[in-house]
Amino acid sequence: MTKFTSRTGLSRRALLKGAASTAIAAGSTTLGAPMLWAQNIKDVTIRQFGTGVSNLNDVANKVKEDLGFTLEMTALDTDSVTQRAATQPNSFDIADIEYFICKKVWAAGNMQAMDTSKIANYDKIAGTFRSGLLTPTSTIAQGTAPHTVGFTSGQNGTEFIQEESGWMTLIPTIYNADTLGIRPDLIGRPINNWSELLNPEFKGKASILDISSIGIMDMAMVVESMGEYTYPDKGNMTKEEIDLTLGIFTEAKKNGQFRAFWKSFDESVNLMASGEVVIQSMWSPAITAVKSQGVPCVYQPLEEGYRSWGGGLGISAALSGLELDAAYEYINWYLSGWVGGYLMRQGYYSAVPETSKEFMTADEWGFWYEGKAAQGDILSPTGDKLAGTGEVRDGGAFLDRMGSVVCWNSVMDENQYMVRKWNEFIAA
Amino acid sequence: MKKLLENRNVTGWLMVSPLAAVLLVFLVMPIVLIVIVSFWRATEFSIIPAFEWDNYAFLFGSPVTYAVFLNTFKYAFITWAFTLIIGFTVAYYLAFHIRSLTWQVALFLLCTIPFWTSNIIRMISWIPFLGRNGIANSTMMSWGVIDEPVEWLLFSDFAVILAFVHLYTLFMVVPIFNTMMRIDKSLIEAARDAGANGAQILWNVIIPLTKPGIMIGTIFVVTLVMGDFITVRFMSGSQSANVGRLISNDIALLQYPSASATAIVLLATVLITIGILLRFVDIRKEL
Repeated sequence: MTKFTSRTGLSRRALLKGAASTAIAAGSTTLGAPMLWAQNIKDVTIRQFGTGVSNLNDVANKVKEDLGFTLEMTALDTDSVTQRAATQPNSFDIADIEYFICKKVWAAGNMQAMDTSKIANYDKIAGTFRSGLLTPTSTIAQGTAPHTVGFTSGQNGTEFIQEESGWMTLIPTIYNADTLGIRPDLIGRPINNWSELLNPEFKGKASILDISSIGIMDMAMVVESMGEYTYPDKGNMTKEEIDLTLGIFTEAKKNGQFRAFWKSFDESVNLMASGEVVIQSMWSPAITAVKSQGVPCVYQPLEEGYRSWGGGLGISAALSGLELDAAYEYINWYLSGWVGGYLMRQGYYSAVPETSKEFMTADEWGFWYEGKAAQGDILSPTGDKLAGTGEVRDGGAFLDRMGSVVCWNSVMDENQYMVRKWNEFIAA
Repeated sequence: MKKLLENRNVTGWLMVSPLAAVLLVFLVMPIVLIVIVSFWRATEFSIIPAFEWDNYAFLFGSPVTYAVFLNTFKYAFITWAFTLIIGFTVAYYLAFHIRSLTWQVALFLLCTIPFWTSNIIRMISWIPFLGRNGIANSTMMSWGVIDEPVEWLLFSDFAVILAFVHLYTLFMVVPIFNTMMRIDKSLIEAARDAGANGAQILWNVIIPLTKPGIMIGTIFVVTLVMGDFITVRFMSGSQSANVGRLISNDIALLQYPSASATAIVLLATVLITIGILLRFVDIRKEL
């Protein structure tokens, strides 16, 4: 049997590989950017998973083009992402996760911290992710703010450190301020408060998302806005506060306030575009998707402020040697601007705005970041028209939006209790 | 060896063993595992082997559990009633009103056409139909039947049951049709000769003879509805819950032991329900 399969001498495959690596080695020397491992880089495959938000095929293609190695992406919903990061450390190399997920999974020891001295653009990372301060004078919002879970003591550190320690749990890439989405054409009056979500006027036309860690924060915003209760810390409720919050919403649910709950991005788009729902919790690209169907939809800034979230890239504890180098190379590339520009043009904020700016036109930068009126058509990265001349982004400039953040998506000490109560709310 | 194979007992065991092995590995083993895990302890991100009744205590201690089980039975019962009436009528028509076998087969195949598409697609296609601005509402409004859209058409118990009935009626039609086709036509003639009218024939001859078919259809429909979670999630817009959704929520939140405990309770409930149903008809004898 073995007679037919074993080969002696050079196989065609080995020959091709050799030729390719020689060519690359030669190429890199002439370009003046020699890398020790350039010969092997083509063989490296980096497996990344995360929510659909930033797991984009365009990024994988660009990585192949710019860096030469293969990036395999898996997009999952928020709960599945958490599940995988916590239970299947060998199934990924890079985890593209949110900071509140990081708080949940870091203790499991499946990830390793990153040395900030190897991150070229570390100094350009937005203050929110380092000191926690957007501007030197701003206050830190409630909840799991990124900087509180952003640093640890060393490569294998398991505790979080509240200052810039040189070892980052996640390298921040993306963040945004979330609020309610509305259908201005079907509501026909200004909406200025979170409490409008439970306004009986919208009975049977409201929706909230069925992802507990995020939904509970939206609920807290509504409860405070209604004047029912002011939380000492929305991001870390006591059992009584959880009961109170879910109690108010269970009552509203029983009175028929909600049309439906949504769990995936697409569901929220369908509910809004079809007119089943006129006011609901929503994410920025979902608004874009509704608009691109020609349906008016506004990401309504509200008086009480925004609920915010941030995401970043973390690396698996299992990575070492060449793969680890490739992961650093990839992350450095990620922060170098191309991806940032792409994400900014979808309505998110890049964690390294300076480098992203180079990959955007002045008009795009003005519209998305500075809140200026568009000079021409504003296109999405895939070429759909999102806004015309003269239009202004909902909520305005970066500092106005991120400056009004009052809480971050979070994990509470009573998380397990909250999850069970949430389950009861859905079943009630 | 040859002598051994000639032993009837040995050959009998050998013939059974492939099926037994498959059932053991793919049915018995997973259930045993679920039972074991249901006694484990789960913290937020780890599952610890243990033997404790906490999961069951929490399950039976929560009023939500009872409400959800009640809801599951409600869905099962209403769906069963509708599928039975519709399924019986369709089967009766096919078996007794269509005379030629060719047409019977042709019409029966017609009933199965919807099954060429996926279950989920058939379910989801109801959503644009029943929606606030959907086809049903806009048609009724243009006819002047209603003045403003009817809200309870979608994301309600009505929608859930409608989808269930649509999805599962065929499971009632097939076994009932099958038993009806095997009824000796001379029995009906005899009843007619003895002076029975149509209703009497239906009640005293046909229904008793189709009982096994009805029972098999009932078991299909009841188990399918009680084990479902996706129809309830989509058609109620995540607002109603049955036991299946309780389990899927637990799994999504990494509460595997709690999900296992719920699954075991559901399994026991369904088995008891079927046990009771089988009390009414001895399927083995009637087949």
